[in-house]
Amino acid sequence: MEAIEKIKEIALQAVPGLRIEIINSTPPAAQPAFLVDREHIVAVARMLKTDPRWQMDFCSCVTAVDYLKEGYIEVVYHLYSVALKHGPVVLKVRAPRDLAQCEVPSLTPVWRGCEFQEREAYDLFGVRFTGHPDLRRILMWDEFRDHPLRKDYVPPADYEWEPTPHGEVLARAKAQGGVIPPSAAAEVKK
Amino acid sequence: MSAPVVIETQTLEVSIGPQHPSTHGVFRMDVVLDGEVVVKLKPVMGYLHRNHEQLAEKMPWIASMPYTDRLDYFCSMSNNWAYALAVEKLAGIQVPERAEYIRVIMAELTRLQNHAAAVGFLLSDCGAWFTPVLYAFRERERILDFFEAVSGSRMMCNYCRFGGVRVDLTEQTLAMARGIVERFPRFLDEFEKLMTENEVLMARTQRVGILPKALAIDASISGPMARASGVEYDIRKVDGYGVYPRFEFQVPVGETGDVYDRYMIRILEMRQAVKILQQALRDIPAGPFQNPAVKLRNFKIPAGDGYGRIESPKGELGFYLVADAAGKNPYRYHVRPPSFINLTILEDMCLGHKVADVVVILGSVDIVLGEVDR
Repeated sequence: MEAIEKIKEIALQAVPGLRIEIINSTPPAAQPAFLVDREHIVAVARMLKTDPRWQMDFCSCVTAVDYLKEGYIEVVYHLYSVALKHGPVVLKVRAPRDLAQCEVPSLTPVWRGCEFQEREAYDLFGVRFTGHPDLRRILMWDEFRDHPLRKDYVPPADYEWEPTPHGEVLARAKAQGGVIPPSAAAEVKK
Repeated sequence: MSAPVVIETQTLEVSIGPQHPSTHGVFRMDVVLDGEVVVKLKPVMGYLHRNHEQLAEKMPWIASMPYTDRLDYFCSMSNNWAYALAVEKLAGIQVPERAEYIRVIMAELTRLQNHAAAVGFLLSDCGAWFTPVLYAFRERERILDFFEAVSGSRMMCNYCRFGGVRVDLTEQTLAMARGIVERFPRFLDEFEKLMTENEVLMARTQRVGILPKALAIDASISGPMARASGVEYDIRKVDGYGVYPRFEFQVPVGETGDVYDRYMIRILEMRQAVKILQQALRDIPAGPFQNPAVKLRNFKIPAGDGYGRIESPKGELGFYLVADAAGKNPYRYHVRPPSFINLTILEDMCLGHKVADVVVILGSVDIVLGEVDR
């Protein structure tokens, strides 16, 4: 816990204008995390990686969580240090759920290991990682239009017709002004 | 003397997979070749994607235990353990001592059979079809028979429970495990006689697919792959989860980081696993194998999030779980699959090598597509 406070202190000194807070986890798991603002996450990540006291050289796990009620998507990074064999330090960044604004700076330039995992978060949650060298879908096929791990995702009623949206999915695609595949265009006219 | 003739060459794009035996499943590589040399390689995955994470988010905590078997279907026992460990961490559940020993025994036997299969397939990937796999599978069968005797299933074991395991080990099954452990070093000796100084293996794997140490750390490579590149990092030692701190074993570390080192690391890890198994089977205490305070039905977890990880045979297998206020099923369930992340540097390892080496290099990563695609 002292180490956590110390990291926060040093980060505030090293990165001007930084907004950082500590989120305490519930007692059994007891893994406190840092909530860092979007503008300074890369600077904090670089600081943690290069500072000889922490040397967080191993970015183990990258994922996102969709908090539907709270209205944001949280990207979570679990960092460990191979050199000093300690960790984890958990970094969290929040982005609005709205697809147009759901953007977070990519940490792939800092840790190469984020490459596939950020692609996965983009694919399944729709978080756009700015500065990612190769941001494409990785698990779903390229023509797929939705982000299936979002909590408001509605699976199509009939998988045989995938990726044609219809019913609730189609209504939402129209509302979002998304591109509607030609196979579904006939249904739209009705 | 005339000027040297410059032959205009074109690059050729080849799609290896998804239905190719050397890809170890439905996995595709978009390879650009200049002659026979790889100049670009992009892995394409997702053919086996079934949204495992969303499935788990829609059912109670315990209900996804059998689904974890299907992640890395070679190592269902250690997948179970990783998930149980993450949930136990989140809910603060104690595990009885005997259950911890049983879990170690199961996880190390899983490591033996996984590595045996992995190194067995390596010479198949070089083109010597099936002889080493035959020897490896003969030994693997014995371990799978043991898993069947204990859990009722050879591969989809569904064995761990929160706060313990599902079935106790009896005297008969313990004797069976001791028999396996006793004869395993003889298999290793025989196998090494066949493989380690095999000319084909040495010619095809030494100085091929080198992964430098710095890149391995930077790209979050874990498990035998990282250790072959000289990264001395084993979660069994670093985290000391379960009862691993009680056992004496070493962490073998490679030097060059080529395919041969990855083969050798797996052989050495099997020898260490045998050592752990001998100690665990000797010291296993009597007592309960399940924490009676843990409810099987209507199991709830207080709100919070947590990350639990183990050293699975393929690397760091982690589960990131979020419980909401209701706590009945996971609000978020994320798997950190080792073989998915170990593929990040596949292109780096293959560049400049011949297309035939791509098959060998991919084989040395040891991927299982059930886990890559989830």
